[in-house]
Amino acid sequence: MTVERFSGAELLIKALAELDVEYIFGYPGGSVLDIYDAIFRQDDVSHILVRHEQAATHMADGYTRATGRVGVVLATSGPGNTNCITGIATAYMDSIPMVVLAGQVASSLIGGDAFQETDIVGCSRPIVKHSFNCRSVAELPNVVAKAFYLAATGRPGPVVIELPKDILIPDNVAPYVMNKDVKIRSYNPNVKGHSKQIKKAVETIVKAERLVVYTGGGIIIADAAEQLTALVERLNAPCTNTLMGLGGISGLHDNFIGMLGMHGSAEANKAMANADVILALGARFDDRVTNKVEKFCPNAKIIHVDIDPTSISKTVNAHIPIVGLVDVVIGQLDKELDAVGHKASDNQFNIWWDEINEWRKLNSFSYETSSELIKPQQVIESVYKHTNGDAYVTSDVGQHQMFAAQYYPFKKPRQWINSGGLGTMGFGFPAAMGVKVAFPDSHVVCITGDGSIQMNIQELGTCLQYNIPVVIVSLNNRSLGMVRQWQDMIYGGRHSSSYMDSLPDFIKLAEAYGHVGMQVNHPDELDGAIEKAFAIKDRLVFVDVLVDENEHVYPMQMRFGAVDDMWLKKGVKV
Amino acid sequence: MRRIISILLENEPGALSRIVGLFSQRAFNIESLCVAETEEPSLSRITISTYGDDKVLEQITKQVNKLVDVIKVANLTERSHIEREILLIKVLAMNDKARTEVKRITDIFRGDIIDIGKQIYTVQLTGDDDKISAFIKILSNETEIIEVVRSGTVGIARGEKALRAN
Repeated sequence: MTVERFSGAELLIKALAELDVEYIFGYPGGSVLDIYDAIFRQDDVSHILVRHEQAATHMADGYTRATGRVGVVLATSGPGNTNCITGIATAYMDSIPMVVLAGQVASSLIGGDAFQETDIVGCSRPIVKHSFNCRSVAELPNVVAKAFYLAATGRPGPVVIELPKDILIPDNVAPYVMNKDVKIRSYNPNVKGHSKQIKKAVETIVKAERLVVYTGGGIIIADAAEQLTALVERLNAPCTNTLMGLGGISGLHDNFIGMLGMHGSAEANKAMANADVILALGARFDDRVTNKVEKFCPNAKIIHVDIDPTSISKTVNAHIPIVGLVDVVIGQLDKELDAVGHKASDNQFNIWWDEINEWRKLNSFSYETSSELIKPQQVIESVYKHTNGDAYVTSDVGQHQMFAAQYYPFKKPRQWINSGGLGTMGFGFPAAMGVKVAFPDSHVVCITGDGSIQMNIQELGTCLQYNIPVVIVSLNNRSLGMVRQWQDMIYGGRHSSSYMDSLPDFIKLAEAYGHVGMQVNHPDELDGAIEKAFAIKDRLVFVDVLVDENEHVYPMQMRFGAVDDMWLKKGVKV
Repeated sequence: MRRIISILLENEPGALSRIVGLFSQRAFNIESLCVAETEEPSLSRITISTYGDDKVLEQITKQVNKLVDVIKVANLTERSHIEREILLIKVLAMNDKARTEVKRITDIFRGDIIDIGKQIYTVQLTGDDDKISAFIKILSNETEIIEVVRSGTVGIARGEKALRAN
């Protein structure tokens, strides 16, 4: 009996199917036409044709953040690949697993400046977890298996596979062999935390008087939200989330003290500044959290749990570093608490909670409404109301992103999807599309602004083609709001290039692409419009909300200050 | 502070560029870098001479370790070790005096004259960074230096300690 042989393109698609890939987000071109032909001739893996490769990466990214499954992107050589760079960097900064299938010119042409040739492996090197130059047809399925394994394990991240055309063509064939049980001798990420360190951590926790549990995106990625909530309840400790960690504990939970950092709640930043022990779980002490590192939580003993050793003591020195998967380590901490006889009823933090509750009274997310102008905060609250707090919310980058993070309490992990690390404008809309593809029956809303939405607006076309009815809510302030805010606060109100003088008619634009467009410009109409938008389930709705252009995001950390040096309102310090 | 880092990694295309890229991307210094295959052809050994304080070195070690291709990383300078570099140097040897001086200095440093041209001596010297630098300086006092090539430092731990894949 002869073994059946396949082209590289066919092997690739077979491998993806075996790895249970549902969707490829991509755009065809000369070097990958064989792959597109292979896609055409099978039904296991669907392809979604975007309008720009950057959007393909963000769609895959959104799909992954919502589902936890590795997203797959396919782009052609040269510009197709370079258009993916921003999306790869976005995924890299937020530790999102992604496999990018990057077409390449034929091996014999590589290095000769062939048509549509770029060194994509070289271009993407600083922003990938790993990359492969695939050079053999027979090896292709195993390279794919390795790429998926690397993308999803340890600290997840994007992996690029470069695929020269000559290993994809029909005359170059090999049998299909894939070893799904991947082992790489040079890659063995830690799973469990060191038992001595766990003991030390628990000793410190049970002696703490002012503990704060500070958690980040690691909790979301590790699907450790339930465990985190149980730990926080057991300790009866206050818990704060980073921008990436929202939903790690319910935003409605009594122990949740809000997001921390640059635009965090007063109580979260105050609690951090006054803590004696900080238990950091899957967070990385980003500069948008710490403010001036030298002034960060000077009296706190820091227990830092992270899967990536490079994240530990990178900016803030950890007293008790623990390298391991955060869900596994929480389990270890829980067992050790049992072992030392810790009881939930100890009321260890009663005095601490009294202090925190005083800070809560600062009511740092209060804002003034107006009878004439819509406040952006109101819009988020209305979206919350009309989605019962259950929507998947994606955002772009800027003021609207912060308002969404502040005014939409996320009850579950994976509900809040934003580009926290790289801060990629243009992320929100395609990310929402990726989510909607995975969860067609759920509310998926992209909170955006008039600046960000124009960075990937061409995807309105993709939404019509594949019937992806997301809701876009644009907080339109006719300016680049966050830039403008900084210019107001730091640059003497000189609005250099932050004003959008020539906005399109977004209603007509949505309609031109075959969707529903709405505009709201009065507070009295807001609720009705948002309700209506979410009632339309089978069509994409673009809600253009004209909001007060002078509104700033508060609270806001003062530059070069400590974590709790904040402006509560214009001219009011905490 | 000067440090010598030894890296054992997969001998695969792109592996070296990942290391070099990492150093430039994270603003770490490279004073010298040596790379070659080991006795096991699937493995490469890199020696990087760098400088930085303890915090920087900790980040360098962790970041290098994080690269998928890297099997092991060691900081040679934290324990007893041997380091060597090879120097090839071309100097002007126009007359008897210069020739005698170059020969004398080379002998003192236990180097070898490995090639002679009409007016040129080429000298080979091995040693640590200090010795090589001293040799170049002293030669430059006696004659004109035409060309210098240094291999960069390689190093190995003293005694039983070894950097191996398993």
